Amino acid sequence: MLPLLTREKNADRVVRHASGDKRFKILEVHMKKHQFRQDALIEVLHKAQELFGFLEDDLLLFIAAKLKLPPSRVFGVATFYHFFTLKPQGEHTCVVCLGTACYVKGADKIMAAIQEKYRIKAGETTPDNQLSLLTARCIGACGIAPAVTFDGHVAPKLTPETALEKLKTLI
Amino acid sequence: MAAKTLIIDGKAVSAEEGATVLQVARDNNVAIPTLCHLEGVYDVGACRLCLVEVAGSTKLQPACTTKISEGMNIQTDSDRLRKYRRLTLELLFAERNHVCAVCVSNGHCELQTLACSLGLDHVRYDYVFPKWKVDVTHRLFGMDHNRCILCTRCVRVCWHIEGAGTKNVAGRGATAKIISDLDQPWGDSESCTECGKCVMACPTGALFHKGATAGEMEHDRDKLEFIVNAREKQQWLP
Amino acid sequence: MQLDDLKVLVAKHIGARKKIVLRTCMSAGCMSSQADVIKKNLEAEVKAQGLEADVEVRRVGCMGFCGQGPLIGVDGLSAKEKLFEFVKPTDAPAIVGSLKGAACDVQVGNPDHPFFARQMRIVRANGGIVDPERIEDYLAVGGYQALHQVLTEMKPSEVVDEITRSGLRGRGGAGFPTGLKWGTVAKSAGAKKYVVCNGDEGDPGAFMDRSVLESDPHIVLEGMAIAAYAVGADQGFLYVRAEYPLAISRLQTAIKQAKALGLLGGGIFESPFNFNIDIRIGAGAFVCGEETALMASVEGKRGTPRPRPPFPAESGLWGCPTLINNVETFANITAIIQRGGAWYAGIGTEKSKGTKVFALTGKIKNNGLIEVPMGIPLRQIVEEMGGGAPDGGHIKSVQTGGPSGGCIPAAYLDTPVDYESLTQLGSIMGSGGMVVMDDTTNMVEIAKFYMEFCMEESCGKCIPCRAGTAQMFHLLEKITQRRGTARDLAKLEELCDMVRHTSLCGLGQTAPNPVASTLKFFRSEYEALLQPDPFGPRTTAATQSTAPVTL
Repeated sequence: MLPLLTREKNADRVVRHASGDKRFKILEVHMKKHQFRQDALIEVLHKAQELFGFLEDDLLLFIAAKLKLPPSRVFGVATFYHFFTLKPQGEHTCVVCLGTACYVKGADKIMAAIQEKYRIKAGETTPDNQLSLLTARCIGACGIAPAVTFDGHVAPKLTPETALEKLKTLI
Repeated sequence: MAAKTLIIDGKAVSAEEGATVLQVARDNNVAIPTLCHLEGVYDVGACRLCLVEVAGSTKLQPACTTKISEGMNIQTDSDRLRKYRRLTLELLFAERNHVCAVCVSNGHCELQTLACSLGLDHVRYDYVFPKWKVDVTHRLFGMDHNRCILCTRCVRVCWHIEGAGTKNVAGRGATAKIISDLDQPWGDSESCTECGKCVMACPTGALFHKGATAGEMEHDRDKLEFIVNAREKQQWLP
Repeated sequence: MQLDDLKVLVAKHIGARKKIVLRTCMSAGCMSSQADVIKKNLEAEVKAQGLEADVEVRRVGCMGFCGQGPLIGVDGLSAKEKLFEFVKPTDAPAIVGSLKGAACDVQVGNPDHPFFARQMRIVRANGGIVDPERIEDYLAVGGYQALHQVLTEMKPSEVVDEITRSGLRGRGGAGFPTGLKWGTVAKSAGAKKYVVCNGDEGDPGAFMDRSVLESDPHIVLEGMAIAAYAVGADQGFLYVRAEYPLAISRLQTAIKQAKALGLLGGGIFESPFNFNIDIRIGAGAFVCGEETALMASVEGKRGTPRPRPPFPAESGLWGCPTLINNVETFANITAIIQRGGAWYAGIGTEKSKGTKVFALTGKIKNNGLIEVPMGIPLRQIVEEMGGGAPDGGHIKSVQTGGPSGGCIPAAYLDTPVDYESLTQLGSIMGSGGMVVMDDTTNMVEIAKFYMEFCMEESCGKCIPCRAGTAQMFHLLEKITQRRGTARDLAKLEELCDMVRHTSLCGLGQTAPNPVASTLKFFRSEYEALLQPDPFGPRTTAATQSTAPVTL
C-alpha cells in the first residue's frame, strides 16, 4: 500500500484525540441539537469558544469533521467575525468600547492610559497572561458613556483614573 | 426562452432572456473590462470594473451579474466609467506589492493588460507596501500573496469546478487572505487534489507553477473552459 | 389556546398585583450600575419594613433616561416622587421609607421633564412598564391581540394593505416602504418563505434596538408573526449581535414563554397558521447589518454581501423569498394593526410617517432614548429634550446615521427630522443614533474615526470599499498629522466620489458620507491642517489622459 494512504488523516486524529476530553462531548451534543446542520456553524463556533476560551486548529478541524465542512470554510468563518479569537486569552479581559458616544467622551484617553500602564496594545495579552485588552465597536451602552467591560461586567462613566483603579482591583 | 431587445452603446441588439449584460456585450463585440469574472464559474460582482450605466437608474450596475431586460439602454464606456475603472486599478496596485518587471506573469497578466488599455502609466496613491509571504511549500505550485488581488477566482474554481474546497478567504478587509485548509502551508493541505485549476484561473502572478521565472507564467484558461464545456454542455471541444 | 383562555390568565395576573409598584430599570445601561443589587435590596427592604402586602418590586426594561440611571419609577401612589434617579444600592431603605411618607434624600426625577413630555411612544410604549421576562405583563397591556385579530379577521392581503396605508418605512436606515416590501414577498412564488428580523444594530452610538429587545421582546415577536402571516412564511430568524447578551437571554425566555402559551409554534390561536422563530447570534461584523450579508451569516457563512438584484424578497435565505425588516419596524406593527394604518399615517410628515426612536448621546446634558414624531425639528430634540451641551459648551454639530451618515452643523438645527431632509443635508436618518458634538470636537478627527471604522469593518470583497477606505483613512491620517497638502485633499474628494458610486453594498456606498459632510460644512478645519505643496500649485490630480490606449 502507498505510504500516503496509510497516514492518518488530520481530521481522524483530531476526532480520536477529542474522545478523552469532556468538552468535546458537550460540543458534540450541542451540534446534535442543531442536527449537525452546516448552517449552524456560527452557533457551534460560539459554543466552542465558550467551552475552550479560544478556537485552536484542532478544535476547528473537529468542528469541520463533524459538520462535514471543508476546513477552509470553518477557518474562513472563524476569522471573519471579530468575536472569535484563535489565540488564548488572558485571565482577565478588559473591553474598551470605542463607539462614537464613548469616543467623543474620551474613550481614546482611557485606552491610551491602559495601553501605557500595562504596555500592551489592543488585541494583545500581557506576558504574565493576566490581562487581555480588547476593543468593541459599540456595546450599546451609549447613555452611560464612556463604558468599559471588565470580565463581562459593564462599568459606566469612566475616566482614565477610575478605569485603571478598576483594573487594579481586578488583577 | 423569450428574446429581449436592448441597446448597448447606442446599438440595438437582441438576446435571450436570462443572459447577463456582460454576455450580451461580448456576443456583440463590445468589450467590458473584467477581473473577477471567469467563464465557467459563478460571478460575484466584486471587482467593480465591469460597472456600466443603465439609463433610468442612478446606480451603476455590474455587467457580470445584471440580467438584461426589455428596452434596457446600457452605456459601457464613458469618461466617468473610465475614471472609476482607472481609480480601481490604481487602488489595486497600491494595495499590495505589484512589481511587473520581476513578476512571473509579466506580459501575461490581466491586471497589467487592463492597466495598459486604460492608459494607467503611474499610480498617484501612496503604496501600502504590506508584508506578505510567499508559500512555496506545495510540490507543484506556489502562491505569492503580494500579487494577489483577492478576486477569489481560485476559491471559486476550487469549490465549483473541482469541488475540493481547499481554498477560501480568511480574515476581512485589507488583511483578507487566500488560504488552504486551516491557513496551513499549501504543501500540508490534505484536501488539495493538485489539479492546478486555481493556477489556471489566477489573473495575476499570485498563483504560479514552480520553476517559472519572470515572464514565463502563462495561465492556461482554455483548459478550464474545456472542462466546463464538457461538464455542463456535454461538449468535448478541443 | 383561545383568546378567552388568555383573558382568564391575564385577569388572574392583574388580580395578583399590588397597590404600589416600584419599577426598577434592569436594562443593560442601569444594570452596569448594579440595578440587580438595587432590586434585591428593595425587595429585602419592603419585607423589612412590612410593606409586602402593598408593594411589589418589578423588573422593567429601559425607561429611556439612561444618563440619569439607575432609575426607579413609582406607580400607584399619589406621592410626588414618581421617579428616582442615580439610585445606589444603599438607597433602598430611603426609597421604601418614602412610600410611607418619610423624608428621602435620593435624587428625584421629573416625569414631566421635556425629555419625557415631548415624546410620543409607540414602539417604546411598554418600555419601562412591563416586565420583559414575564409574558403575562405583555398580555396585560393588550399583547398578542393584534396577532389574534389578524389571524381571525383579516386576509393576508388585507394585512399588507393596512401596513401600506400606514406609510411605514423601514427603520433600519434606508427607509424603504414596508408595505411594498411585504407585498413583494407575499407575491413571490415559493413554497417556503422566511421572515428575518435584523437586530444587528452595528452603528456605534446607537442602542434603540437593544433597548426594545431588552425591554419588550414580545412586541417584536408579535410583529414578526403578523408579518409571517401576511407574506406566507412559517419560519423566522431573529439575528442579534453577540454584544447584546441580555437581549439574547430575554428573547430566549420570551420565545419559550410564547411557545408554551401556543402563541408561537404550530396552530397559533387554533388556526392553521404555524410560525417558529430561531435566534441567530451575530459574531461581531458591522457589515452583517446589510441584508444580503446578514442572510449569508444566518446561513452560517462569511458575512459578505452580494449584488442585488435579486433582492431578498425574490431570492433570499437558501434562495427562498425572504422578508427582512429591522427590530424597530417590527415593533411598529402591532400598533398599526390595532389602531389602523390611517391613524399611523396621521403622525409625522407627508413622506415620513409615524415616530422614530433616537439614541441621544455624546456631549449633551440629557443622555438616553427618545421616541419622537417624524418631522420634529432637530433643535427641539437637542436643546429642549437634550438640554443642550453640558458645562456651558456650545453645540457644534449633530451626527446622525453613524458611519453611514453625516454631521449636521448647528446652523441647520431647525431642519425637520425626516428621511428626505436629512438626506438633503448629506446625512441619513440611519437607524437612530444621534451623537451630539460640542465645540471641543475636531471634525477632521471625527471623519477619521468613522473612516477607520469603515476600513476595519469592510468585508474585503469589493475593491473600492476594501482598498478605497484604506487609502481614505491613510489620507485623513496624513492630513490630521499635518503632513497633507491640497493635492491630498483633492485625492480624498476624488475617492469619496468613486467609493460612493462603485462599491458593492451599502457599507462602501455610504462610507464616504462622514468625510463628505464634514468637508461640506467644516472645510476650513481641513484646510487649516494642510501644508504647502512642495511640488508647486498643481491642485487637481486628474492630469492623466482619458483616451483609451490599445495594446
